[in-house]
Amino acid sequence: MQIDLAHFTPWSALAGGALIGLAAGLLVLLAGRIAGISGILGGLFDARWRNAGERNWRLSFVLGLVLAPALWAAFATLPALTLVADWPVMLAAGLLVGIGTRYANGCTSGHGVCGLSRLSLRSLVAVLSFMGAGFVTVYVIRHAIA
Amino acid sequence: MLNLIALAAGLIFGLGLILSGMANPAKVQGFLDITGLWDPSLAFVMGGAIGVASVFFALARRRNSTLLTHEAMQLPQNNRLDRPLIFGSLAFGTGWGLAGICPAPALVGLAMGELRIAVFVAAMFAGFALFGLLQRAKG
Repeated sequence: MQIDLAHFTPWSALAGGALIGLAAGLLVLLAGRIAGISGILGGLFDARWRNAGERNWRLSFVLGLVLAPALWAAFATLPALTLVADWPVMLAAGLLVGIGTRYANGCTSGHGVCGLSRLSLRSLVAVLSFMGAGFVTVYVIRHAIA
Repeated sequence: MLNLIALAAGLIFGLGLILSGMANPAKVQGFLDITGLWDPSLAFVMGGAIGVASVFFALARRRNSTLLTHEAMQLPQNNRLDRPLIFGSLAFGTGWGLAGICPAPALVGLAMGELRIAVFVAAMFAGFALFGLLQRAKG
């Protein structure tokens, strides 16, 4: 292992992470909802869609998420994104993320941020599983078959 | 009130994803590349997020009702370590590694104008819908 010092950004990572934690914390303390994005989105694809209350807070959260870049752009230049996959890989990855997070009942936000914050063993197992799979996948595509 | 809180939380969450670098697929993959040139930044994102959120969760746990919506405080009760949790997480992690994108950054990245992420988002929604169909088929 070698540290990529050229791309390492500890302070903005820590500050951005604190904002993410603040958002999840406010949602649970003020409104008792879990800021798990796959759960919030997944709730729009099942019976909860027909319950106006369940649907509307989810849509409001998603609206906030997608308005964030516009709010950022009003005050500063948006950072550039670099994509790492072409569209067939995007397609496969999106399917795996969609179905996997629903079976696991959570993703990086629900299990990673919220679950670990309340010391849930179930979430720790989920995080170790998806991080492990992520490490192996990147090893395979970057070093084993590349 | 609930919708207003959710909107504000979504906005703050999205700003955090942009500032932290978590919205950038190359940075996510750089974090997952532990055997290559490793960028540890995302460990700091998780550390910052959990450090702040754990204070709020500790406060929430001590309350019977939510602070602004005045509903019964309900935190997740599921403690099962079962196969769907593990296999679902392994599938999710594989997709996360392939594209460097997880659900929230997918929406934020698309809103930042990266139209190629639309393929990922559409496939992710298809995955959600497929899960719903499979659950219903199971009865």
